[in-house]
Amino acid sequence: MSTANAHSFRIEPATSWTTLGLRELWHYRELLYFLTWRDIKVRYKQTALGATWAVIQPLFMMLIFSLSFGKLAKVPSDGFPYPIFTFCALLPWQLFAHALTESSNSLVGNQNLITKVYFPRLVVPISAVLGGLVDFAIAFVILLVMMVYYGIFPGWQILALPAFILFAILTALAVGLWLSALNVQYRDVRYTIAFLIQFWLFATPVAYPSSLIPARWRVLYGLNPMAGVVEGFRWSLLGTAEFQGGLIWASVAVVLLLLVGGLYYFRRMEQEFADVI
Amino acid sequence: MSNIAISCEGLSKRYRLGQQERYKTLRDVVSSALRQPFKRPQDSGVQSIWALEDVSFEVSQGDVVGIIGRNGAGKSTLLKVLSRITKPTRGHAHINGRIGSLLEVGTGFHPELTGRENIYLNGAILGMRKAEIARKFDEIVAFAEVEKFVDTPVKRYSSGMYVRLAFAVAAHMETEILLVDEVLAVGDVQFQKKCLGKIGSVARDGITVLFVSHSMAAVQSLCGKGMLIDAGKLLVQGECHKVIEAYVNHVAVHEFNDTTDLRVHPGRTKDAEPVFSRIRIMNGDKEPTATLFAGEDLVLEFELNPPRPITSPTLGIGVDNGMGLRVFSVITYYSDFDWSRLDRPAVVRCTIPRIKLLPGRYQLSISVGNVYNQHVDAIYNAASFSIEPSDYFGTGRLPTPDLGVVLADSKWECITESGAELRQESEVLG
Repeated sequence: MSTANAHSFRIEPATSWTTLGLRELWHYRELLYFLTWRDIKVRYKQTALGATWAVIQPLFMMLIFSLSFGKLAKVPSDGFPYPIFTFCALLPWQLFAHALTESSNSLVGNQNLITKVYFPRLVVPISAVLGGLVDFAIAFVILLVMMVYYGIFPGWQILALPAFILFAILTALAVGLWLSALNVQYRDVRYTIAFLIQFWLFATPVAYPSSLIPARWRVLYGLNPMAGVVEGFRWSLLGTAEFQGGLIWASVAVVLLLLVGGLYYFRRMEQEFADVI
Repeated sequence: MSNIAISCEGLSKRYRLGQQERYKTLRDVVSSALRQPFKRPQDSGVQSIWALEDVSFEVSQGDVVGIIGRNGAGKSTLLKVLSRITKPTRGHAHINGRIGSLLEVGTGFHPELTGRENIYLNGAILGMRKAEIARKFDEIVAFAEVEKFVDTPVKRYSSGMYVRLAFAVAAHMETEILLVDEVLAVGDVQFQKKCLGKIGSVARDGITVLFVSHSMAAVQSLCGKGMLIDAGKLLVQGECHKVIEAYVNHVAVHEFNDTTDLRVHPGRTKDAEPVFSRIRIMNGDKEPTATLFAGEDLVLEFELNPPRPITSPTLGIGVDNGMGLRVFSVITYYSDFDWSRLDRPAVVRCTIPRIKLLPGRYQLSISVGNVYNQHVDAIYNAASFSIEPSDYFGTGRLPTPDLGVVLADSKWECITESGAELRQESEVLG
């Protein structure tokens, strides 16, 4: 048992300032994988349509938007066909909305684990967010098909796409961390999510282009991190004319703030989860 | 220091009552903030209890320690704190080695996933690496005896299979310290034996084990050391049998009253309804007494006041000896006592003829159940009585406590001729 000393640790009362525990999180990466895998597997296990739901949702939204905003309201779409213009934005939006819904109740939903086993609780909301990546990947394939159909071929901007995908994930995670931790203490947070998503959808340029926003307001508009994500996706995939630098960097700044703040807040509240949940 | 697996000093855990009962909503917080903007949360008159109070101890590597105490004494809280699931309010602990916690079997099991998938999931939750699980997979499946069902969704398993599989995964954790919390409470006798066996073998391998249990027999057979926890405090620690004795004496009813008021009793289980209101102990001549002799009739009289009607009630009495061992039980179910309904105050008398108990102190645990086999009321150590030495065998030689657990009648006779020949021979010789 000589390895014992390598594993010693100290148990102490809760403190208001904690470390991020990222090294320990890395140590538990396999658990993260398993929880994500479990959520995905269980989600589609007994459904009739299985993974096709991942496609139906964004397609349906695109249809509705195309009819109501594209055709009826004649909302402009920066010169692109409206359906693909909006579908391109729906992709990261679905990831975000899914992450919000799943992560907000992730801790409470896993309370049987939280009260019985030790592991860094960050694993839970992170796995909730990552669980949406499978749907994202499936919808992405559909997007590629649509791009071929409309004859849109991306330029060099596509190289930035991975960065924007990461940006989307971090945005979802940043908000998800706050919501999941808050929901443990204040159970009505979960019920505000549906409303929050609705409102957020219209504050984000999914159904309309950000070019509708007057130039002087655009940076402020970028304080909504999803605006930056969506703009980035459109720019890298469809090659929209100008790179909305101010907007996108504002979004990045907000996300980084939210993420770091969220991590610290989560770690601090984590000390009480098992008692309050 | 290198030999100490766990050391705690002044561990204390406070829970706030009242706050837990209603989840806070933002609406409540906002409205109370508006009403009393400067009120600090601590002043809101919330009560708190100390689930653990100033617990300090040391456990050396390889020790097998049994943690015993009443329900709600704080045993599970102690394990939770040591498992890092919850943080102590005060004090600190130092752990030397990897900890594996078995606070519940099947944590994280998902009914939709197969046995195989759940083994990996549960193993990962318990902290095992995927490679490690793969390596031990066959062993785990063999231990759980679910070879044929390993690819079936767990929701199709019987409860026995479920619990066996869950325990099998947990039993293969490779840690230096193991914390086990009353997992033996689930499952059938065979499973419990298997659990105990595995814990025993793990202990023999030199793993430090902290074992919380209500079964004195299990604690006695597995543990060398013990700790008695009551109301959050560590009362006694040391050699196992001494701690068990202390528990029995502490929890036992000391005053050997022949009549005990049961309307309010500390030994009543948490969800019980007060059906028992009084118990009276009498001897064969119906005289109230808490001191009896072996060979006498033991007569127990219960006054029952059911708050609600009970259909097909079953009354059970368990007699435990000074070591906490259940010597015997008598239950109406096994008799021809016709009792279809208990819906008004009643007095029930149980006569146990020619009691065969050895001298010593005994505790009575009683319960009344309904037709669904659920306990409506149950009281541990409701009353106690003592058996004094007496001439049970009628030979003038009084039985001593070392004879065993109970007395037994016996008849001796010589059935061969050789005995007679030997006698004759010995007479010749000597």
